Amino acid sequence: MSTVFIALQTNEDTRPIIEAIVQDNPAAIVNEAPAMVKIDAEGKLVIRRETVEELIGRPYDLQELQVNLITMSGNLDQTDDEMTLYWNA
Amino acid sequence: MHIDLRTVTIKPLRHTFDNIARRLGADKPATRYQEGTLDMQQTVNFHYRPTWDPDHEIYDASRTAIKMADWYAFKDPRQFYYGAYTMARAKQQDTAEANFDFVENRGLAETLPADVRATVLELLVPLRHVAWGSNMNNASICAYSYGTAFSQPGIYQAMDQLGIAQYLTRVGLLLGGVDVLDEAKDSWMTADTWQGLRRYVEDCMVLKDPVELFVAQNVALDGLLYPLVYETIVDDVLSAKGGTPVAMLTQFMTDWFAETKRWTDATMKTAAAESAENKEILAKWVSQWRDRAAATLLPVARIALNERTDELVAEVVQQFNARLVKAGVPL
Amino acid sequence: MDMQVAKKKLGLKERYAVMTRGLDWVPSYQKMEDIYPYMTYEGIKIHDWDKWEDPFRLTMDAYWKYQSEKERKLYAVLDAFNQNNGHLNVTDARYINTVKLFVSGISPLEYVAHRGFAHAGRQFPGPGPRVACLMQSLDEIRHAQTQVHAVANYNKYYNGMHDFHHAHDRVWFLSVPKSFFDDAITAGPFEFMVSIGFSFEYVLTNLLFVPFVSGAAYNGDMGTMTFGFSAQSDEARHMTLGLEVIKFILEQDPDNLPIVQRWIDKWTWRGYRVLTLVAMMMDYMLPKRTMSWKEAWEIYFEENGGALFKDLARYGITMPKCAEQIALEKDHLSHQAWSTFYNYAAAANFHTWMPDEDEMAWLSAKYPNSYDKYYRPRMEYWREQAAKGNRFYNKTLPMLCQTCQVPMIFTEPGDPTKTCYREVDYKDSKYHFCSDHCKAIFEHEPEKYVQSWLPVHQIYQGNCFPEGTDPTVEGFDPLAAVLKYYHLESGRDNLDFEGSEDQKNFDEWRGMATKNV
Repeated sequence: MSTVFIALQTNEDTRPIIEAIVQDNPAAIVNEAPAMVKIDAEGKLVIRRETVEELIGRPYDLQELQVNLITMSGNLDQTDDEMTLYWNA
Repeated sequence: MHIDLRTVTIKPLRHTFDNIARRLGADKPATRYQEGTLDMQQTVNFHYRPTWDPDHEIYDASRTAIKMADWYAFKDPRQFYYGAYTMARAKQQDTAEANFDFVENRGLAETLPADVRATVLELLVPLRHVAWGSNMNNASICAYSYGTAFSQPGIYQAMDQLGIAQYLTRVGLLLGGVDVLDEAKDSWMTADTWQGLRRYVEDCMVLKDPVELFVAQNVALDGLLYPLVYETIVDDVLSAKGGTPVAMLTQFMTDWFAETKRWTDATMKTAAAESAENKEILAKWVSQWRDRAAATLLPVARIALNERTDELVAEVVQQFNARLVKAGVPL
Repeated sequence: MDMQVAKKKLGLKERYAVMTRGLDWVPSYQKMEDIYPYMTYEGIKIHDWDKWEDPFRLTMDAYWKYQSEKERKLYAVLDAFNQNNGHLNVTDARYINTVKLFVSGISPLEYVAHRGFAHAGRQFPGPGPRVACLMQSLDEIRHAQTQVHAVANYNKYYNGMHDFHHAHDRVWFLSVPKSFFDDAITAGPFEFMVSIGFSFEYVLTNLLFVPFVSGAAYNGDMGTMTFGFSAQSDEARHMTLGLEVIKFILEQDPDNLPIVQRWIDKWTWRGYRVLTLVAMMMDYMLPKRTMSWKEAWEIYFEENGGALFKDLARYGITMPKCAEQIALEKDHLSHQAWSTFYNYAAAANFHTWMPDEDEMAWLSAKYPNSYDKYYRPRMEYWREQAAKGNRFYNKTLPMLCQTCQVPMIFTEPGDPTKTCYREVDYKDSKYHFCSDHCKAIFEHEPEKYVQSWLPVHQIYQGNCFPEGTDPTVEGFDPLAAVLKYYHLESGRDNLDFEGSEDQKNFDEWRGMATKNV
């Protein structure tokens, strides 16, 4: 399986999102760079709205992620509840 | 290392870029609108001709019959560069969102008198297709016109019209759901009321002259449609019949038109003031497209205005003429 | 209340569908081929535009909301940067030359992307891709403008970028990035999408932005870092659009495969040649290095691009053939490029220098197979000569590749001691190429590439002097006339960093800030 990744700006908004990603994708690897966090995962990475909401204590729209997103890799599937990055091969 | 520089004053070598200083006539600080607009489009030494239009350069002033010594004579009075544009729209979007919430949470859509509701479904919802057509036409204006001062507002207008189409879709969803959208589309495709307008929009889609398209779409059609539908019909006629919630749902369009017509007027004024030839061409386009637009809007306006249609449409046309004459277009 | 129940809340996908494709209709008063006249001539076959999968489903209200938030943050940082003379916080003033390269080479391309996506967003009959393209068109004008706004403050204090629009249309090496985007926007709408949407955005843009932006962060340039990351957040949407476009085209008809494969091969190579400028920026121009060009290529192309092409294999797409040659060049590219600019620094809009001892040690460590053997000796020699007062500026014009327009400086794949030349006879002329790949691109579309506005040819034809210049007068200095045509001030905008006004001012200003005078 190939690696998918997502990179986010390092700031107050993204801290709980990164935490949520780590919770939901235990095998994901978090790489810290200056001002940027890049998270790699084998084959697939899921960001779940509910997990983020539990951590921030308010309703969260996954599209808010746009504001702090730097880059990503993989096919994308987004619904109201989940944002999934994946490779088919 | 961090340096605290509050106490240091250093003298800049220059205040803005040379191209802007040349246009301002002096090296002085420029606005973000100026820096983000002036000379942004490439002008010379293009490498290849478009394979899709080999008769023209990539950017080519000869795609239009209008001639300008300097296409940067145009100025958007709103001074919209991307940041100013999105921030202005985000503010309006906030208001629109609050209005939709207000109407939705208090169940105001259900309190609308039946005839008002029927008018909204028959008249407003099919207009989402008109806005979609305008999105396409303004994409053309942006893509094929010359000089960023003229082309830049085209993309803003295109996306605004997409936003309007989406607000109208939400009005339909709020009042009836997906079925209502299907019915409105059916009217748009087949009902006699809408065929003149649909033909107008489709005819605009094949116009090759970006300034004529600007006149047909943004000046003539929108210049009649918005005052007629949003000011006359929604804000006056429907509100008087208990349709104030509808006016809340279309406040974006009312405010938007009041704002954007300052840009269309300024653009017409600059182009007309350039030469007698421009003035003549613009006058021809305006009267031609105005007459067609007014005629196609009659059956649409009749949905809400009944026997007062001719009178109120004539009034809107009169105001339109006064607007254009003021912008220097002899009608 | 019954109505309320019937109006069940639509999910993101259904909602987005009524907000976009639901708006579209099949015209009947005008013919499809008149409304969308450019849909067939490239040979791409689309049977069902509704099979298009929208990647990000942003409606305009959400777009305005999130984008304005980004803009507010960005301009707050820029204002603070300007008010506090943030430019004096950069590692050293050599860094600012990367900003000059960026604003004259890259920012104007963002503008072309804006117009190109407006064109594509008008021409596709499918409402899904049309909306996605128009949103990208809007984003791209954002990038062009935020970059100009970020660099505006540097321009007030440093040379070389004061007339960058003018430069972009004229300066010799800027025809490399310019011709790349001119090539894309003059291609058909499908090829444009594959070139920019896929090959550039998806395959290569990480190589442009991530190193450049982390480079800015490493070198204390908060303004550039902020616009860079902020722009990159839109790129995530653009990359996804690029990937969806490729998948969509390939799924529509098997006949599309060879056309698309040829475009991927072509545009990966075209994009890579433009990235030559990024390679030398990473290895030579950032005072504090983030990673080497070679490392960046390995992570973002070989690893990440490898995953992508593996994923696309099910459509029959293969890794572009040029990847093999690029792998051979990765030990050499940046060194050959910087050597060239060091040679031609008299005609460039930024300053050059030779790496110091520490920097050479870094290059040796990053390029153990090539730097000490091929490049260190010549760079040490140049450095010695400059120290002795023999700084040599090359004023003879180089031959350019007809396709990528880079001077013919690259070496044979596998032999870094032999310059690579290729040529083709077409009609009555001979055309020259830097590589087999550029040659193949020309041979496929000679009528397009014979049009190239090659700066060197243009200078020799007398088209790059200010109006009224008489090149026949005695003592005519062609370089001086060309610099006037470029609007570059000799002695301020060009030549070495050592001894430049930039260097002097920066030292003085920083001195004022850190010492009691």
